[in-house]
Formats: sequence, C-alpha cells, structure tokens
Amino acid sequence: MRYSLSAIIRNAATGHKHWPKVWKNPEPKQSYDVIIVGGGGHGLATAYYLARNHGITNVAVLEKGYLGNGNIGRNTTIVRSNYLCSENSQFYEHSLKLWESLSADLNYNVMLSQRGALNIFHTPAQRDAAIRRGNAFSLNGIDSVLVTREEVKKLAPLVDCSPSARFPVLGGLLQPRGGSVRHDAVAWGFARAADRRGVDIIQNCEVTGFQIEKGRVRGVETSRGPISASKVGIVVAGRSTLVAQMAGLRLPIESHVLQCFVTEPVKPVLDTVVMFAAAHFSIVQSDKGGLVFNGDLDGYNSYAQRGNMPVMTGVAESAVSFMPRLSRLRLLRHWGGINDMTPDGSPFITRTPVKGLFFNGGWCYGGFKGTPASGWTFAHLIANDEPHPFASGYTLSRFETGRVINENGAGPQPGRH
Amino acid sequence: MQIPCPWCGSRPLDEFEYGGDATKKRPEGKKQENMEAWVDYAFLHDNVAGRHKEYWQHVGGCRCWLIVTRDTRTHEIIKSEFAVPQLRSNQR
Ligand SMILES: Cc1cc2nc3c(=O)[nH]c(=O)nc-3n(C[C@H](O)[C@H](O)[C@H](O)COP(=O)(O)OP(=O)(O)OC[C@H]3O[C@@H](n4cnc5c(N)ncnc54)[C@H](O)[C@@H]3O)c2cc1C
Ligand SMILES: [Zn+2]
Repeated sequence: MRYSLSAIIRNAATGHKHWPKVWKNPEPKQSYDVIIVGGGGHGLATAYYLARNHGITNVAVLEKGYLGNGNIGRNTTIVRSNYLCSENSQFYEHSLKLWESLSADLNYNVMLSQRGALNIFHTPAQRDAAIRRGNAFSLNGIDSVLVTREEVKKLAPLVDCSPSARFPVLGGLLQPRGGSVRHDAVAWGFARAADRRGVDIIQNCEVTGFQIEKGRVRGVETSRGPISASKVGIVVAGRSTLVAQMAGLRLPIESHVLQCFVTEPVKPVLDTVVMFAAAHFSIVQSDKGGLVFNGDLDGYNSYAQRGNMPVMTGVAESAVSFMPRLSRLRLLRHWGGINDMTPDGSPFITRTPVKGLFFNGGWCYGGFKGTPASGWTFAHLIANDEPHPFASGYTLSRFETGRVINENGAGPQPGRH
Repeated sequence: MQIPCPWCGSRPLDEFEYGGDATKKRPEGKKQENMEAWVDYAFLHDNVAGRHKEYWQHVGGCRCWLIVTRDTRTHEIIKSEFAVPQLRSNQR
C-alpha cells in the first residue's frame, strides 16, 4: 500500500486495523542473484538501488540481528556535504541531493530537516582554516557561508558568545542545506521500499562464512543454512574486518567505539546543527526535544557497544563550556556504536581480490550522511562490476599507491581521525 | 576501565595514552625493497575481537610504556607488563 493522505483517511475509517506489514519476513531462498551481508542503512540502500536503478530484484539482505540495531540507529543524525577533498565532496554532495528527494522517492517520511549545519571557530587560525575550506566548498558548488559572531548568536542563542566564554566564539562556517534526518526512519524507509520492489529482507540471519571456488564467490554460509549467489556485497560497518577475514581478506581498518548522548526532552531551544572546533563536539535537537550530542572516539580498539567514563565526562564538560545552560539538563540515555576507522578517514566502496565479492565499509563515524550515495554507488559497482565515478577513489589499494583521501591530514593511526 | 600499572598499581583510564597493536613487527630493510611488508605494517590491521595485546603509556603517572592484554569485547584486562623486557624483573 502506498502511504498517502487517502490511505490515512481510509485506514482511520477502519480503526487503523488494516495497515499492511511494513515489510515481509520471508524465509531465505536457496539462491539469489545478489546477497547483501548486513542490514544497516548502507546495506538496505544498496538493495533498494539495485532494484530501482538496475532492475536487479532477486536480492537478499542478510542481517544478523534486527534492522536498525547497528550504527544506523546509533548515530547523531547529522547530514552535510561540506568536505574538502574532491573525491569526498562530489560523493557527499550527491548524497545530500539524494536526501533532498528521498522521502518522496521512498514514499516514506525520513524527516529531513535542512536546518543548517554550523561549524563554530574560536581562534584566528581556525578562522583562516574555515575560510579556506569555505572557498574550496564554493569552488565545488557546495553552499557555504561565513558568519560572524553576531550571526552565530542569532542562529544558536544557546551558544555562549560572551567575551568571557571558556572558548570565545569568533564566528562560524554554515552550510545552509545541512541538517539532520530521523535515522531509524532511514532504515525502515529503505527496507520497505526495497521489499516493495521484491528484495527479501532476512533478519536474524548471520553470515558465518563464504563459499569461494577458484577465486570466485559462490555464496555464503549462514546461521540459517547455506545460500548461493554469484555476487555478494559485504556492508557490515564495525564488523568489516571480522567478516572479510572469513573470505581471507585483511583490511586497513580498526574498530573503535563512539559514544552518543541524549538529554531529557525540552521545548525547542536549538534549531541548527552546531559543531565546535575547540573540541570534537556536535549537537542537534531531535524532534522529540532531546539534545543529542557526541564527542571524541574512546580512542582504543573496541567491539563493546558502550564506552568509558573519561569520554563521558569530557563530552559533558564540552557541552557546558559551549552552552552553559545545558548544565541544568539531565542525561536520559547514552550508548556506543562500533565504527570502522581507516588510516585516512575515508571509506571503501570497492571490488576485492575475490571475484564477485564486493566491499563497502570504513565509514568511520561519518557514514550516516553518505547512506543514500553509498547505496547508489555500491549498487552501481555490483551491477556493472565497474566503480561509479563518484566513488572510484574509495579503493583498498589507495594506501599502496599513495592516493589517500585524507580530509584532516591525520593518520595513519585509524583512531586519530 | 582501570589499567593496572606494574609501578603505580591500578589507575584510571584517563591517565593512559593508547599506543595501538603491540604485535606488529617493524619490517627490516628499505621501504623500496620491501614495499608489501611496509604497507602491511603501516596500514593493515588484525583488529582482533577478543584478547588484544596493545601498547599503553602511563602518561599521567610513571610514563612507562606497557603492553596490556585486553579483551576488546568486554574491556577485561588479562595482563599488564612493562613494554621494555629489561624492566620486567622489577615488576611488582
Ligand atoms: C555514536 C555515533 C554517532 C554518529 N554520528 C554520525 C553523524 O552525525 N553523521 C554521520 O554522517 N554519521 C554518523 N555516524 C556514522 C554512521 O552511523 C555509520 O557510518 C553508518 O551508519 C554505518 O553504516 P550502516 O548504517 O550500514 O551500519 P550498521 O547499521 O551498523 O549496519 C551494519 C549491519 O551489519 C550487521 N552485521 C554485522 N555482521 C554481520 C554478519 N556476520 N552477518 C549479517 N549481518 C551482519 C549488523 O548487525 C548491522 O546491522 C555515527 C556513528 C556513531 C556510532
Ligand atoms: Zn605507572
């Protein structure tokens, strides 16, 4: 059933008892044309665009838990496309354009809110860097505006812009088209739209091995039996190295935990996404009213989806130094997500040495905004066995060849990005 | 998380700086001659889910480098010793 005003009225008349399931829960078939391992945002988007853009519908998404258990349901929901390196800027700008029409395309409201994404700077050196970045964005056709301290005050009155602020505010770089998206709705919307085009979404089905013959993939072993396919895509976020290992691959990735925090809900106090250069701190108010924010990685390899106290205190200290009034709020929840960190901070959308086996991962803690473009370009790669021009730099070989895509010039320790 | 330092005893996490995988071996020879091994050393990771041997420096204490064995799934610390073998006999 298409979601529409008339559907709401019809269903209201029958007491909302006849809404169909959002997606089917089929038993896995013995074979598919394409198997996607991992039902996070990127895996579901890949399946959807395989069906929508390439007419490939005999596809299964195999998810070891339930849809949305991973980082797609754990992130801070910020989307923007202001990246410096041209490989990234073309990719993330394509993604932002897809976000802008996604609700209509999926027939599912993902609640994109283009409230603007504001990067605040505190020192003349940071201002110079922001101006340089802003110029680069403009050259790449990405909207960006340099704003003064007075404008920051108007955009985000919560921010302490007084001369005695712990981190004095000099101004900011704003991407007006940036904003936030309801993250669970992205998983559900892509799942429903893929399902409607014939994709099988199979939850509680863990991939435990790969069938590989003469260097070519033939299918996968799962907790629900073997399933064959001549093309398989790995899209498992924080678990990339473990899954790739089962296919004999070694990756330039380390798993690190990033924590996220949400306060008790309050009335609207912040209608812009704000990021601070003085500390690694971003904050956004959700539609439910909670202030959602995150800080640094915990800083050591981790597969535990929870973090440690020093980062928690550090993030709370950042929050009250930038926005002193937050000190009155209590934390409601906090959690962690496992991110694939790479040596240059950029992702992979690539073939692997095994024929028919493709890999998408290494999104660090910035992959949510890339979800639609990741699915779009990965589906292109799987369907045509050729990289999409917007993602052709995201190879595994770039560390050998030196063609790294390093936004902030850090590395090669993955935890430093 | 607390890390037991062989000098200072069990100390809170924020006194320590992480130094990464302690099982990596720096390749011999010049980069040009042994490119594959250098790429592996600099960029590829085992990224163990389980017992991981890793460097930590006690920057907020005795400043010694340690090799800590920690379970990356639970943060349980199984072992902590000086990174410099000569110091190990001093272990308390
Ligand atoms: C705290 C936090 C904040 C973040 N904030 C932002 C932000 O503001 N903006 C932004 O752009 N990005 C952000 N990110 C990053 C973003 O969330 C991730 O890059 C992105 O969600 C990863 O892709 P995914 O959605 O496919 O991952 P996931 O949802 O994690 O999907 C991977 C799936 O694979 C499944 N899986 C794993 N192993 C197997 C197996 N063997 N068999 C079958 N299935 C398997 C998992 O169960 C999981 O569902 C943040 C991340 C975190 C943790
Ligand atoms: Zn010590």
